Order: sequence, then structure tokens, then C-alpha cells
Amino acid sequence: MHIMEGYLPAAHAVGWCVVSAPFVIYGARRIVTLVREKPEVKLLMAASGAYVFVLSALKIPSVTGSCSHPTGTGLAASLFGPTVTTVLGTIVLLFQALLLAHGGLTTLGANVFSMAIVGPFVAYGLFKGLSGAGFSGAVAIFFAATLGDLATYVTTSLQLALAFPDPVSGLTGAAAKFLGIFAFTQVPLAISEGLLTVIVFNLLQRYSRGELNALNIFSAKA
Amino acid sequence: MLKRNLWILFAVIALAILPLVIHHGGDAEFTGADGLAEAVITEIQPDYKPWASPLWEPPSGEIESLLFALQAAIGAGLVGFYFGRRTSPAKTMDPK
Repeated sequence: MHIMEGYLPAAHAVGWCVVSAPFVIYGARRIVTLVREKPEVKLLMAASGAYVFVLSALKIPSVTGSCSHPTGTGLAASLFGPTVTTVLGTIVLLFQALLLAHGGLTTLGANVFSMAIVGPFVAYGLFKGLSGAGFSGAVAIFFAATLGDLATYVTTSLQLALAFPDPVSGLTGAAAKFLGIFAFTQVPLAISEGLLTVIVFNLLQRYSRGELNALNIFSAKA
Repeated sequence: MLKRNLWILFAVIALAILPLVIHHGGDAEFTGADGLAEAVITEIQPDYKPWASPLWEPPSGEIESLLFALQAAIGAGLVGFYFGRRTSPAKTMDPK
């Protein structure tokens, strides 16, 4: 889902930065407040950020014959809310832009928007909605992580279509092309991310009751 | 719970191996989706020139994989540290 350095027209690059910046700033303030009010969740927050580090480093083969990577943002979004995850995701994207030439500084705003804003918001909404509707924590986190991951790749496709509409088939034609690359490839990887996140969530339900309670995550009995 | 988690882990591994089995005849290159998107951009707008380039690029594939491994290692280390903390038995020894 990384849009490569220089691969967005300047107006788009600036536009996405302007859109994303408030989320990063708000998220950073949320982290400061959260750590002050509930210092016991600090370590779990670091571990959730670390989970994003691990998953977004793993390029996994997909049935389409190409490779892509999960995002890992669903866990942090479900536990700490979407904007906290925006900050964690931005750190990862910066690391990859500066050290791996993966993504870039000019495309950082757009990449933050897809991986650290849209994905986490979708995941958070699904987690809250499904657990509120009475589904077990494991089911809720599975759909949150899977569809949050997929939403990130759909967003990247649409961002690219917006920047590079097809001369013949226009915006929809370009969107279809980019979705063909990103979204289909991502389906099995998104499911993998969902399953892995269920494992972590099962472990948390077993060993981290105190923190889950502090974060008001009332989960059905595992 | 352990048993269920192991089954889930097994499913994840199977999902990662399946594509290699399907395309075992060498009919797929397993290149990165990011790179494929770059190719489509060039196809849609052949005259598009990227107007910025990375400040620094890993000089070789080996160094790139080193940094990716480092990224995963940092993450996995911290996650392991977290669960190590949470699953450690209550301290049996007095601090002094």
C-alpha cells in the first residue's frame, strides 16, 4: 500500500498531508492524556505499536502471484482507538520511508491516510459495533483487523486512481486497475492478519485482564 | 486456548504457503504489489516523472532485507517482552 516517493502529483501530496496532519496531532495528544490517566496501559500500547512493526515488515505471497504485507493496525485501533493508532502507524511509515526507501516523505500524508487513519477507523468501528452487538471479542477483533487491513488497500487504490485517472476509462477504470493489484492480492493477507490478531487477543484476554478493563474492553468469556 | 491458537496459527501458515503451491510451475514472480502499481501508473500516464526520490536507499537487496528483518525483530522483541512480563509467575524471591 506504499505509494512510492514522488509518485503522487505535488497537489495531491500536499492535500493528503493537510488531511492527515490533524489526526496525527490529535492522536499524539490522546496518547499523552491516556498515558497520564492510565499509566498501566503504557506497555500494552508499546506492544501494539510493535505489532504494527512486525506485521508491516512481513511481505507475504498471495494467490494472485504477487506479494504484499499486512498492516497490523487493527489490534491497536481496537484497544486504544483510531487516532492513537494513527501515531503508531505514522512512526512505522516514517521508519520505512527513511530507512527502506519504501513509501516516501512526499507521499507520507497519503500513506498515513490509508494505513494509519482509514484502516484504524474501520477496525475501531467494527470492533465496537460487533462487540456491542453481542459478538465475542475474538469474532469482533477478527473482522476489525481483516476489514481494516483491506480498507487500507482499497484506500490506496482510490488515492492512486484519483491521481492517475485512466485516459480512456477515467476514474473508475483506473480504480479498477489499482484495486485489481492491491485489493485482490490483499484478501488472503487480510484474513491472515485477522487470524493472527485473534491469537494475540486470546492471549490478552488470558493474561492482560487488568489492562483490558482499564481500557473498557469488556469481552465475553473466552 | 493454546490448542485453538495453534490451529489458528496453522491456518495462517497454510494461507502463506498456498500461493506457492498454486503457482509452483513458476508462472508467478511474486513481486511486490507496490511495484506493480508503479507499472500501472507508467501505463496510464507514460510521461509521468516522479518528482522526488528517496533521501537514502538501501544500497543492495541484502541491506534492504537486513533492515526489514530489523524492523520485524524490534517489533517481535517488544511483543515477546510484553507477554513475558504478563505471564511471569509472581515473584518468589524477596527483593533484598
